[in-house]
Amino acid sequence: MAVSVMIVGVGGQGSLLASKLLGNILTAEGYDVKVSEVHGMSQRGGSVVTYVKYDKEKVYSPIITAGEADYIISFEKLEAARYASFLKSDGKIIVNTQQIDPMPVIIGAAAYPENILDELTSKGVYVDGLDALSLAEEAGSSKAVNIVLMGRLAKYLGIGYDEWTAAIEATVKPKFVELNKKAFDLGYNY
Amino acid sequence: MKKLMIGNEAVARGLYEGGINLVSSYPGTPSTEITEFLSKYDDIYSEWAPNEKVAMEVAFGASLAGKRSACCMKHVGLNVAADPLFTLSYTGVTGGLVVCVADDPAMHSSQNEQDSRHYAIASKVPMLEPADSAEALAFAKSAFALSEQFDTPVLFRMCTRMAHSQSIVETGDREDFEGIAYEKKPWKYIMTPGNAIKRHPYVEERTKKLTELAENCEYNRVEMGGTELGIITSGTCYQYVKEVFGDSVSILKLGMINPLPVNLIKDFAAKVDRLVIVEELDPIIETHCNNIGVKAEGKSLFSNLGEFSQQTVREVLLGEKPETVSADSPVPVRPPVMCSGCPHRGMFYTLAKNKVTVLGDIGCYTLGSAPPLDALDSTLCMGASVSGIHGFNKASDNCGHTVCVIGDSTFMHSGVTGLINIAYNMSNSTVIVLDNSITGMTGHQQNPTTGYNIKGDPAGKINLEALCRSVGINRVRVVDPYNLEECDKAVKEELAADEPSVIISRRPCVLLKYVKTGKPLKVNSDKCKSCKRCMKLGCPSLSFKDGKAFVDPTLCVGCGVCPQLCPFGAIESEVEE
Repeated sequence: MAVSVMIVGVGGQGSLLASKLLGNILTAEGYDVKVSEVHGMSQRGGSVVTYVKYDKEKVYSPIITAGEADYIISFEKLEAARYASFLKSDGKIIVNTQQIDPMPVIIGAAAYPENILDELTSKGVYVDGLDALSLAEEAGSSKAVNIVLMGRLAKYLGIGYDEWTAAIEATVKPKFVELNKKAFDLGYNY
Repeated sequence: MKKLMIGNEAVARGLYEGGINLVSSYPGTPSTEITEFLSKYDDIYSEWAPNEKVAMEVAFGASLAGKRSACCMKHVGLNVAADPLFTLSYTGVTGGLVVCVADDPAMHSSQNEQDSRHYAIASKVPMLEPADSAEALAFAKSAFALSEQFDTPVLFRMCTRMAHSQSIVETGDREDFEGIAYEKKPWKYIMTPGNAIKRHPYVEERTKKLTELAENCEYNRVEMGGTELGIITSGTCYQYVKEVFGDSVSILKLGMINPLPVNLIKDFAAKVDRLVIVEELDPIIETHCNNIGVKAEGKSLFSNLGEFSQQTVREVLLGEKPETVSADSPVPVRPPVMCSGCPHRGMFYTLAKNKVTVLGDIGCYTLGSAPPLDALDSTLCMGASVSGIHGFNKASDNCGHTVCVIGDSTFMHSGVTGLINIAYNMSNSTVIVLDNSITGMTGHQQNPTTGYNIKGDPAGKINLEALCRSVGINRVRVVDPYNLEECDKAVKEELAADEPSVIISRRPCVLLKYVKTGKPLKVNSDKCKSCKRCMKLGCPSLSFKDGKAFVDPTLCVGCGVCPQLCPFGAIESEVEE
């Protein structure tokens, strides 16, 4: 049975780089891998979702549906709640506790739900929340939220630390390698 | 070499390995990356054409010259290119010609979810559809030979899931295709009635031969498993079926989806107790089964709408629903929005403030329809704003209170013909070109107005002002959409003028790398009187916190539009402090 990882967030937060990194590592590890993402309209600050699936056997469908995800990596609190129904009963949510108001909230047409992560926890959902934005800033850039969260995911997936750092070196531009490795460590050791 | 590739990159790789010499396309999600990846190969010629019809005719020219060529487009782009396609079916090709078309079931980034397979049937052209990136590469590589062997363009169908899903491929070597020497063949290439009447029987004969091929070819395969249930499917739907059933059912997987085989389907149907067709959008395979007298269930079970998934297959064929947990609190939607600093915002604010009727077009600026701007009245297809306003003004007494908006790339695509109609048939229309100096929505492709080609090298640059004047528009003016007063003045004056006019609202997309953004602005909460006027802009950087306006410093690019709205001077730049 394939391991299913969903990466969800707000367009512009860098989820495509995160899925690229993860896909490259899994391919190098010899897994069959499928990654599915939607480009276009959703890039403009909308809700974005990427599916990553891997298995030693063949992976067929590139997408993840309700009740199938082993992990949901959410770049924002509300997005974790939006996709919670995709989680398996023993699945885990890793979430950046940052709040980004969507336009209906900004213009007062809807309310941002309070204590949304506690609500999920109270329903028996495993929620691992961390302030990835602060950790990314500590690493040197607010844009490194994606790598902080990949560091946190690496802890769960059981793929070697060295493979991840090698993949970071192979994927990001040389001048950003140190920053990203630091961001990865902050997530990994959180 | 094993590599993870999105479907579109795999198509590009396949076309490359197949010996392509030229690609000409117009961008359109989810097809854009095929051409972008092809443009990275220096040994082939690639370009962005102004529209899909031009692109297909360029590819035709290359084929006529004996080279292998392709053009790529989204499903609605094929509507634009339908004219050359239908007669290309008659002329056939010299060098192989592949037309890639990407459908968008569920309309992730489109205005309709039409099924391109209808075009293959209607134009009598073979169509291939891969089910993962490895097949995308293999099918694309083989498509040129198929095109040349049967003297036909080949349609290559992708859908959003295929186009944007990555799976592992093994790349190969590029085929050495020298080209075919040009030879004048008027009987084949001059489609006068006298010649076309002789080509039509060839087309019918070709379909018969292609049907014979479909019975036994590398594209179609039977995977026999349990015989209680047999499923005919293609593309991504094959993956969903396999995910649910594995080897427990029998599957006829079609990779050539036009023309469809007859005996292969009849034989398969005879081996299984129950036959089900799993296909997204329209019942193309099902209708074919009905036509050849094979009883199959399709759309009586599955929807014509949207995308499928393994869950769709599981629910419909096994009656299984997943157990899920979700929050009770309502989760507000997060629609896409115009970016912080988007140059379109100032113009849309101006139009909304003046309560103008706005005929819109296709691009990022369709987002001007969302609240709080609510600044659009229509969006139909590429170019329809300019043609539409002419009809609207001719037919209504709302003339003088209606404008149309269209982006620079869309104007080049098919807006300019509408403007020619305005000039020729003389309507007093006001056309606003939202010139952000790039094709934005599809992810920053160059176009004829930018001065750069697909590789980013300097190229010819169409002067929008000169173009509009040359077709007969006397009133052409340029405004900066970051300057609200200037926008307001231009809109009021041009609406009041008694002749047609063009307002070019010009400022480059804020996401372009060369655009220097400013420092984030800040709200002086002592000065803020909570009037919420700034909230009318719909800027994602602006929100209300503790009863006062708040600028998110991680998002704001200091465009300076919101301070122009604040009657109390409460939104300040850091420099002024």
